[in-house]
Amino acid sequence: MSIQSVAIVRKSSTTTPPPQARGAVEPVGKLIDVTKCIGCKACTAACFEWNDLREEIGNGVGNYDESVVDLSDQMWSVMRFAEIDTPDGRVEWLMRKDSCLHCADPGCIKACPSPGAIVQYANGIVDFNQANCIGCGYCVAGCPFNIPRISKKDNKAYKCTMCSDRLQVGLEPVCVKTCPSGAITFGTKKEMVAKAEKRVHALQERGFQNAALYDPKGVGGTHVMYVLGHGDQPELYNGLPKDPSISPWVGLWRGVTKPLLSIGLGLGVLTMFFHYVTRGPQDEDAADHADHAHEGEAK
Amino acid sequence: MSTVMKGASFVPRYNAVERSTHWTLALSFVVATISGLALFHPAFWFLSGLLGGGVWSKTLHPWAGLVMFIAFVPMALWYWRDNLIRSYDIAWMKRLPEVLMNTGKDLPQIDKYNAGQKMLFWSIIGSLVVLLVSGFVLWFDTDYKLPVLAVRLSGAAHVAAAFVLFMGMIVHIYSAVFWIRGSMRAMVRGEVKVGWAKHHHPLWYKRVAGKSK
Repeated sequence: MSIQSVAIVRKSSTTTPPPQARGAVEPVGKLIDVTKCIGCKACTAACFEWNDLREEIGNGVGNYDESVVDLSDQMWSVMRFAEIDTPDGRVEWLMRKDSCLHCADPGCIKACPSPGAIVQYANGIVDFNQANCIGCGYCVAGCPFNIPRISKKDNKAYKCTMCSDRLQVGLEPVCVKTCPSGAITFGTKKEMVAKAEKRVHALQERGFQNAALYDPKGVGGTHVMYVLGHGDQPELYNGLPKDPSISPWVGLWRGVTKPLLSIGLGLGVLTMFFHYVTRGPQDEDAADHADHAHEGEAK
Repeated sequence: MSTVMKGASFVPRYNAVERSTHWTLALSFVVATISGLALFHPAFWFLSGLLGGGVWSKTLHPWAGLVMFIAFVPMALWYWRDNLIRSYDIAWMKRLPEVLMNTGKDLPQIDKYNAGQKMLFWSIIGSLVVLLVSGFVLWFDTDYKLPVLAVRLSGAAHVAAAFVLFMGMIVHIYSAVFWIRGSMRAMVRGEVKVGWAKHHHPLWYKRVAGKSK
């Protein structure tokens, strides 16, 4: 799982094919088992440490809710809490580590207009390259999960890198390394799916009939997956979308219209050009003469 | 007729303020188009180099667009009345194929603008309004103050309106610069030849000739 993460298979705003001579790379997977999560936020702290980030301490907004409640350029991973009333009258406390899911079919790459500002590695990681980012924010609108954030400091987009730099040297993502309850694990995507299926089965046996793996097909599956106790209602976990996909409006805006309208513009210009070389101009003096002649006739 | 034009071979069409406003609009259109195309399709990305790179394209684009809109406001106020569709415009439009083939003779007499110019005028108003509103959303809402759907719809609307404006401008620029010779003089020097005015805009010519008497 090491050096693979430098092989790029998809690059934003690029029409030519990526390098493909190297052999197939095993896609990676990070599995977040929310049923094992204790909400300690060690993963958030580790993310700060490894990536040299520091979010400003804000104000508390509730009982157990945090002083930092959303993702930002400094906050690539945030713990989201939710209290829900269960049908049998109990209260359930849900917590979910929210960060980039590394879609197989990423809306951010589709939306990005800057060549190479967003890349997808052969191992599935979707990475932002701030050196190429122009700060337009299209990735924010393209993402079905509301993940990227534009920095107020430098007007560049930031999000979880899945510790692509650690992966390159054979280390696991830092949140995985830190998690004290074993809720976050890392391996190949295949291994993680198998692991999740086992866990889902165990949960179902223990009374969570609706437990499920969250690996949404609408975005081609994701390289960060959840095991959810309430797999039938992912939106309970602070609005995790039930059936996410790239919005058709993003498709219109940054998809099919790009080649079609570009061809339209080109044909428009060519039409003008060929009109000129076939019909030619209406000469200024010719108009003069023609009209004087015409005027004479009319009289 | 001949007494009206005694000694004068040119008719004034646009004064200095009108010309300056038009060229402010035109220059900002060039900047907005170069940067907009660069951001639209990778095939046009090289154009971003003309403006100093991707970040400069992204930075200049909304300002150029804003200048474009602001410059068009007075033009809309000056020219809207001249661009109302009249019955002779419909008659003229029916003869459009002859116009395009340069074979049109004894075309319906029209005023300051022909039906094509009038359609261009209204399409500019429509597209600039859509571009302004959607552009503001795309410019400022990179952190989800509005529902994300608003940003996505704005993106799609911005592309569509820009396409309409671009196609209109292709026709406008081609007609003025290459096709209908003598038109450029109106926007560069502010006047047109009497023959040009009589030939292309006879009703307008009669009006201004009457006035200048």
